[in-house]
Amino acid sequence: MSDEPNLKKDADPAAEPASATGTITPPPEGKKLMVVDGASKIFGGLVAVNDVSFSIPEKSIVSIIGPNGAGKTTFFNLLTGLYRPTYGTITFGGKDITGTRPDKITSLGMARTFQNIRLFGTMSALENVMVGQHARMKSGLVGSILRPPWQRKEETRVREKAREMLDYVGLRPQIVEEMAINLSYGDQRRVEIARALASEPQLLLLDEPTAGMNPSESENLTQFMRKLRDDLGISILLIEHDMKVVMGVSEYVTVLDHGEKIAEGLPKAVRADPAVVEAYLGKQG
Amino acid sequence: MGTPDLTKGATAPVPAAGGSKKFALRGSGGGLSKNANRGAVVLALLFAVLLPFLFDPTSGFINDCVLALAYVVMALGLNVVVGFAGLLDLGYVAFYAVGAYSVGWFASTFYSDASVHVGVNDFLDKLPGVHLNFFLVILLAMILCAIAGVFIGLPTLRLRGDYIAIVTLAFGEIIYRFAVNGDEITPFGDAYPLTNGQQGIGPLDKPQLPFMSEPLTPLELRPWYWVALGMVAIAVLAVVMVRDSRLGRAWIALREDEVAAASMGVPLVKTKLLAYAMGAALGGMAGAFLGFFATTVNANSFKFSFSIFVLSMVILGGLGSIWGVVLGAVALSFINYWLIPDVLNTVPGKIGLDFQLDQLSFGIFGFLLVIGMVLKPEGLLPERRRKIELTEGVGTDQSLEGSRA
Repeated sequence: MSDEPNLKKDADPAAEPASATGTITPPPEGKKLMVVDGASKIFGGLVAVNDVSFSIPEKSIVSIIGPNGAGKTTFFNLLTGLYRPTYGTITFGGKDITGTRPDKITSLGMARTFQNIRLFGTMSALENVMVGQHARMKSGLVGSILRPPWQRKEETRVREKAREMLDYVGLRPQIVEEMAINLSYGDQRRVEIARALASEPQLLLLDEPTAGMNPSESENLTQFMRKLRDDLGISILLIEHDMKVVMGVSEYVTVLDHGEKIAEGLPKAVRADPAVVEAYLGKQG
Repeated sequence: MGTPDLTKGATAPVPAAGGSKKFALRGSGGGLSKNANRGAVVLALLFAVLLPFLFDPTSGFINDCVLALAYVVMALGLNVVVGFAGLLDLGYVAFYAVGAYSVGWFASTFYSDASVHVGVNDFLDKLPGVHLNFFLVILLAMILCAIAGVFIGLPTLRLRGDYIAIVTLAFGEIIYRFAVNGDEITPFGDAYPLTNGQQGIGPLDKPQLPFMSEPLTPLELRPWYWVALGMVAIAVLAVVMVRDSRLGRAWIALREDEVAAASMGVPLVKTKLLAYAMGAALGGMAGAFLGFFATTVNANSFKFSFSIFVLSMVILGGLGSIWGVVLGAVALSFINYWLIPDVLNTVPGKIGLDFQLDQLSFGIFGFLLVIGMVLKPEGLLPERRRKIELTEGVGTDQSLEGSRA
């Protein structure tokens, strides 16, 4: 259960794991922040995401798990607008955002981090977080050149807010001016979360945030996610391999395998689901 | 990569900018170096303003200085596109052309059927044709170029790196063909051809500046010089301001990682087009000025080699570095307009060779560029970010597919 044992190749190829659907318990009633209805993404002949329906309640932490190549990150990219779904619709905050550009989606209140950290390497931690606030700023080309008072105020406000965000995620104040590539791995993760938070999201998407972290760092991050939800009242969608993190923090878990949803429900139920065990460990016996 | 900075431990505080130059960011600098910098800038500015008094008003050297200053504005504009936003534009000559032709359209007797006079002196008031005030023409040139920049930028939006270069290269060539064959392009009636083909448009109006009794002529080069210097000041100020703003940050973000930038709320299309527009507007400003200064618009000056000439200034000076680009532009224009034709031109003849040095100008530029790239690949005055990108491979644009699990 610790690592991500991708033992798929051990499974009997004649079996049809994709159709082995486990328990599907729909998420609890209540206001939904995001609703995905039958989303599919097809790359040429490859069906990366197949007819996945899914929803995120407000102020909740939900997770998507699945073995390597299950289509988790593709699904993530559908939600954030980097890919356009081949079929299906995505609604966010009551608005249809299917096929909307990533930057528009960000300004609607969704922010993400990346599986392999994608900071702007030669910008300082502070500047990275300031870019995160791009959608919340107004100054354009002419404003930047002429620098009217409101533009200066905005710049100061954004800089201050960036410092606050970096402080909030626990980056030492001495290193906020440091270039991102010079930061340690853990600090880069922090800056990436701060950059996402700076766009004032209602939904934060974290793509394997504990990758490369030791158990105590993962535990800290788990605590931090709860704090985020409680402090800021936002929802968090988590993609994770580390079952301990997923089971510890999420209120609700969706399992993808071969691009399809094979199980959904409370962490405890999903964990015991034979279809999930099979997807992760291969068919037993 | 020099010696590693050992103060970079997990707990050590970050040294002040003076201490670790290599990693220090602009703006985080200590007070002392900033003041020293400011003093140097003031001194350099004073020297630049007073320089023409050291020479005769018709001196060839002042002439070369005027050209150099115009090229500085050109290079600063291209630096916005290539250096800041990372869009390799090989068709920059297009904006020189549109800028210069704006002068032909709006400040000459070329369209003699029309009679439009705005803010010009009595002499021009009586001439047929369109005659607008010098500053108005410059402004119009900038606006037209910004629009042209957006048009040239549009087809490159979905492209990256070298592919952008190929498309813009084609545009540069298209503009040249338009310039040469424009005498037969008459969208607004036979009396209003787009260009005058190989014959060129001339003479252009002599600019009349406020507080001056006489218009500018080639016999008194000092005012030209000061106008050019003023343009450089405006251009430097504008690019410095933009670099340290929301838009400047967005350009760098986009240059380093388009996917991450878009995910952080940076609209790719708008941000890229603004880079093209700003670069083009500066090119148009310099282009119009060069048009006025040359007193004619000659279709043959809008060749591909011009784009390469300006790009060499940017690369030799330091991609993305404002002062580096200024230095690169001054250096290359002096080599091109002064050192080669005026100083060293007869050297091959003196040692018994049957050619003049200016026949080799492009060979010499190529040679200088190679030498420059071998000795200082990041340019004469490198920009810190670019230097790190060059040495550590940051911003080599991971593709979206790379992130797929």
